[in-house]
Amino acid sequence: MSADFVALSLPPLVIGVLAAIACALPGNFLVLRRQALIGDAISHVVLPGIVVGFLLAGTVSTWPMLLGAAAASLVAVAMIEGIRRLGKVEPGAAMGVTFTTLFAAGVLLLEQSDTSSVHLDVEHALYGNLESLIWIDAVGWQSLVDPVALAGLPPELGRIAMATLGIVIFMAVLWRPLAVSTFDEGFARSVGLPTGVIGVALVVVSALAAVAAFDAVGSIIVIAMFICPPAAARLVTHRLGAQVGWSLVFAVIAAVAGYVLAGHGPLWLGFANSVSAAGMIATVSGVILALAAVFGPARHRAGQAT
Amino acid sequence: MAPVTLASDKGRVIGTPDTAGQALSVRGMTVSYGAAPVVFSVDMDVPQGAMMAIVGPNGAGKSTLLKAVLGIVKPLSGQVRVFDRALKEALPRVAYVPQRASVDWDFPTRVIDVVMMGMTRELGLLRRVRPHHRARAMDCLARVGMTDFAARQIGQLSGGQQQRVFLARALAQQADLYLLDEPFAGVDAATEAAIIAVLKELRAEGKTVVAVHHDLSTVPDYFTHAFLINRSRIAQGPVAEAFTPETLDRAYGGRLATAPVAQMADTGA
Repeated sequence: MSADFVALSLPPLVIGVLAAIACALPGNFLVLRRQALIGDAISHVVLPGIVVGFLLAGTVSTWPMLLGAAAASLVAVAMIEGIRRLGKVEPGAAMGVTFTTLFAAGVLLLEQSDTSSVHLDVEHALYGNLESLIWIDAVGWQSLVDPVALAGLPPELGRIAMATLGIVIFMAVLWRPLAVSTFDEGFARSVGLPTGVIGVALVVVSALAAVAAFDAVGSIIVIAMFICPPAAARLVTHRLGAQVGWSLVFAVIAAVAGYVLAGHGPLWLGFANSVSAAGMIATVSGVILALAAVFGPARHRAGQAT
Repeated sequence: MAPVTLASDKGRVIGTPDTAGQALSVRGMTVSYGAAPVVFSVDMDVPQGAMMAIVGPNGAGKSTLLKAVLGIVKPLSGQVRVFDRALKEALPRVAYVPQRASVDWDFPTRVIDVVMMGMTRELGLLRRVRPHHRARAMDCLARVGMTDFAARQIGQLSGGQQQRVFLARALAQQADLYLLDEPFAGVDAATEAAIIAVLKELRAEGKTVVAVHHDLSTVPDYFTHAFLINRSRIAQGPVAEAFTPETLDRAYGGRLATAPVAQMADTGA
């Protein structure tokens, strides 16, 4: 029993939790800056980036694809800024145009290129393959201290762990400048903070979270985790630090509950098959947001039309 | 009445102005958001210890001038000296109070946290907040009469209370030059009195205060100096010299009825 759990359930659970944390952390500031759609945009444009990376490298090796994804997200950020300035449209419209266009281009590329032989398709891009990230070498809890077994961990786990660690460090070090420049950009500049650099750094870190999470769990979780846990957390507290803390709690609950419900929920209801873990995690995060909107103690706020 | 002297003509500096003894000197400041300049070739001198009102009609470039002085918007041209040093060097001695409406008051933060933002520079990235930092923030709140609101969420404050919190944050910066953008806009009478009392205290301590100001009737009471602008500079100097019916008429382009203007200026003269 414990061997099964460690081999089959522990890696996807840990990966799901790490991906949720990596996205929810920068998501707090994206939501407060009314840039939440950036996460959505990045997670969509990752697809054409991965396809181009695959076409250039000719194999499904990870690094070309990750580099392609990272390059595509930077291209998308530049496109959004360009469309916003040259087209003189609001940021939301610029993001909408950018990510739908690039995602569509990615789908076309995928259809036209010979990727049918490899595990790369639109469904995979959306839902990832969390359930397949298993640890074959594990024989039980003791494998956690067995170097040989540890070497057989899914590589996605190492990548998402590194990305999450990097994001945690980034947020911890830049906490004050991020908070000040998000609340009052003019004041932030008057005390000498490079607000433009801070804004770009936040988007780049979000792109890192999106690419790393996409690699492991697909874009549906990325979109949900950038927005739902921070938005729900905002409804339960009036303090920034507490909001970020609650967003992590909600992200972890969504990841764990979503994974368990996806695997066992349908069986409890008498259905034969389990459902997509990524889809269920995103759904649970939406339910948490709905509950926070109804019961959150900080949902009544000044300055809002009621 | 002293004639208004122009230090620049069409952006060309005539002679080298003496910036020693000035808290703030601006030369040839031009700012443009699009095709037409919002602020055109403005020279400005604020003597140390002055309390100066920046006055002009809507869209005259008052706020933009302040932002350009601080480098918040990038000017097309212009030089800024603060206490006879480059802006970057002198930035720690400058406090800025933006327009209240420029921020989102729904932001998840408490009054005390906003005041602590005034210590952003000295706290740096990772330095811990010590009890003495907090005590200083509370002192600043006490000076604006907001001690009881320290733990409130900022969205629950009235407009006047929000403005006082912004002023407290500027006090926490322990600056020598205070630049305020419309500190009296939309505040109640009690707040206006509290703010002007604090500004006069600052002046008594030898600090310099510059404020964008809308209410012409209070200029002579509140300020020692006036700066009239309508895209380019109309007049600057002590209130009695720069704030006259003639300069106001030029700044507002005859949009003010002449009689009340004369009355206002007379009370100051």
